[in-house]
Amino acid sequence: MKIIVLVKEVPDTYGERKLDLETGLADRAASEAVLDEISERALEVALAYADSHDDAEVVVMSMAAESAAATIRKGLAMGAASAVHITDPGLAAADLGLTARTLAVAIRRTGFDLVITGNLSTDGSGGVVPAMLAELLEVPNATALSSVEIAAGSVSGTRNADGATMRVSARLPAVISITEALPDARFPNFKGIMAAKKKPFETLSAADLGIEPHDLSVAVSIMTAIAEKPPRAAGVKITDEGDGGTRIAEFLIENRLA
Amino acid sequence: MTDYPADSILVLLETTPNGELATSAAGLLGAASRIGTPVALAVIAPSQAQALAEQAAATGAERVLVFETNSTQAELTIPHVDALAAAAAVVVPHAVLISNSIDGRDIAGRFAARTSAPIAVDAIGVSRDDEGIVAHHSVYGGAYNVDSAATFGPLVVTVRQGAIDARAEARPVALESLEVPASGAASAAIESVEAVTETSSRPELRGATRVVSGGRGLGSAEKFALVEDLADALGAAVGASRAAVDAGYIPANHQVGQTGVSVSPQLYIALGISGAIQHRTGMQTAKNIVAVNKDPDAPIFEVADFGVVGDVFTVVPQLISALAERKR
Repeated sequence: MKIIVLVKEVPDTYGERKLDLETGLADRAASEAVLDEISERALEVALAYADSHDDAEVVVMSMAAESAAATIRKGLAMGAASAVHITDPGLAAADLGLTARTLAVAIRRTGFDLVITGNLSTDGSGGVVPAMLAELLEVPNATALSSVEIAAGSVSGTRNADGATMRVSARLPAVISITEALPDARFPNFKGIMAAKKKPFETLSAADLGIEPHDLSVAVSIMTAIAEKPPRAAGVKITDEGDGGTRIAEFLIENRLA
Repeated sequence: MTDYPADSILVLLETTPNGELATSAAGLLGAASRIGTPVALAVIAPSQAQALAEQAAATGAERVLVFETNSTQAELTIPHVDALAAAAAVVVPHAVLISNSIDGRDIAGRFAARTSAPIAVDAIGVSRDDEGIVAHHSVYGGAYNVDSAATFGPLVVTVRQGAIDARAEARPVALESLEVPASGAASAAIESVEAVTETSSRPELRGATRVVSGGRGLGSAEKFALVEDLADALGAAVGASRAAVDAGYIPANHQVGQTGVSVSPQLYIALGISGAIQHRTGMQTAKNIVAVNKDPDAPIFEVADFGVVGDVFTVVPQLISALAERKR
């Protein structure tokens, strides 16, 4: 059982996050980069399975800037057996389509029975890559799982969809995404951190994968404008002197909100 | 094949588990009507097709393509993607609008990958310029406005629920049955539906025009009822911060924020919520924000249009009675 966990480095949401207004890209210097918490939970699902199944091999994979290598290595320290880092200046501004196409090629190259991702990254919050990958890899997608059971030839779980909570299952190979309802990840211990230094860490360029990032014959989504929104001006702040509730009622009525 | 307007915008209708038109449809059709001619696609059980097409037309669909099937009860995502691919092939739309819901994102992702179409996610609006369709996004928790567009060809757009105020005018019903060749793509199986999400008389959080949310400041599940009382007084949906959900005051499907639901209501009232960035990310595109918190330095006040530093347990009951007074 080969499990690929897609992980993502994101700006720490506890700090300020910035976009570069010239390039439209994330300003990496503006905030500390961390392994997305949802990626860690996805990895935990794979590692928990590997703990009790000797035949399980867990690979962490990421398409990210060169500087993200240290963050990806944390996945090895937590217990993944190997890492694949796809990095290429040509992929820096990749749209979702190019991202999915590149990852799909890398996933096929590595080989997989199961791909596990988070349901939504903390920064882009796109949430469409798992389904795109499933389509490109020609396998089923089971997304937004709040519980996961991995068996020899299948994966199943509870899916909290919009209208209903349901039990779903898929034959392997498959792509799943998990929600933050799944347990927190383990912390890397000293032994894990030392061991991580000796684990296979593969770095791939777009060319290694046969991907041409600037293929103009493929339709892509481009950013056409970017603007920093003026910070939402704080309005009126009063201290309750016995009439706080009445004052809110007046505000609501004045603004036709009640 | 039937002719479709050159400026067709294909809208995938979302339906409730009972086969009714979901609330997200009005915004999608409204957005589509501003940039072209809304052509709706419904994937629905045969017995419910006619009623749904009528609802869609009343909500502004110029044409309603219907794929009658029961397969959506057993298979995830794929029936919708197959239908969308078949519809796009005959309609040749300038854009495809899909709700940015869990199911909507899956369908949009697979459809975009299958048709090699560019995809724009979580748009809060769409417009048309000389070169085509533009999607508008609010990113990094509302700190930046970003526009995106396709280099060529149709753009697939997932639209944030509740973000679109535009509504389309009712149209006469024009139902057309759609032939959908099965792609044979492997899908996950739906084994059972455990529970249909609670249906209360309160509006659904997603897409609500008014939301009242409570945080850790409420102190207990019993006292969280105060949030519900104010919500009912305003006809609002009930939301919560992650802290309130983690503390067990209210189920997780009420969580507003980065890892919960993003809302863009006309009115958002935050009670006992400090306003961590993760929470603000999910609510600060609200048109009006009111906050009550006893900590004068709570970050929620930085985004509040009207903030009261005070105890929710004295301020809110007074507010509720003031609202009741007015109704009399």
